[in-house]
Amino acid sequence: MAGNKKTIEPFLWLGFSGGGVVAALTLPVLLFLLGIAIPLGWIAAPDYAHLAAVLRHPLTRLGVVVIAAMSLIHAAHRLRFTLHDGLKLGKYDAVIATVCYGAALAGAALAAYIMFAVV
Amino acid sequence: MSYFARLYKPRMSVFWWMSRPTYLMFVLRELSSVFVAWFIVYLLLFARAVGQGPEQYQRFLDWAASPWLIALNIVAFLFVVYHAITFANLTPQAMVVKLRGRTVPGPLMAASVYVGWLVVSAILAWLVVG
Repeated sequence: MAGNKKTIEPFLWLGFSGGGVVAALTLPVLLFLLGIAIPLGWIAAPDYAHLAAVLRHPLTRLGVVVIAAMSLIHAAHRLRFTLHDGLKLGKYDAVIATVCYGAALAGAALAAYIMFAVV
Repeated sequence: MSYFARLYKPRMSVFWWMSRPTYLMFVLRELSSVFVAWFIVYLLLFARAVGQGPEQYQRFLDWAASPWLIALNIVAFLFVVYHAITFANLTPQAMVVKLRGRTVPGPLMAASVYVGWLVVSAILAWLVVG
């Protein structure tokens, strides 16, 4: 590693850490409700009108985009290093990093499109 | 780098993380990223279905009830909770907070993270279920 060379890496680590906080605080409860409790019938499926009203609130639109974007950046960064260290694919880092962050950005754009144009 | 250092190529198995339980837990936590990404996809599919109307929402609910999907989501839930717990336990080490000149003890920091997690979860559950 070059000593004083300016790199984008610190910002990627910042995104990783910030996204990790967002994912830790918000994803378990959403995943439990939407992926397990409601499909299994433990909790009655929410009324359509209620969900549509909640999702169309400006703060919800923004909130979901922020949750999606930051969680994806977090996941991309972690996956990059999983492949780097776990599978020892360090020499392909340039390709892996491009694919991981590229997918995260595409996902974030898709989230913005869904929340502001479809919902 | 010296000549000999350049010649030295440590050999490490691709399965190095199987050699110790702590290494395995580290790699499992790294793998949580895959499930975080999966759930974002699922969440966006849900939002899209609601955006497209009551019939699409009902279709999403029927699809979400498929056994393989519930199984996948249970595994994803375990990984996401594992990520959240390790994050909460790490906070006191990552952040030192001083209050009136005194350092807030680590356990208290971790406890406040858990309380925050609980509050955020309660608000989100209230928003979803109504």
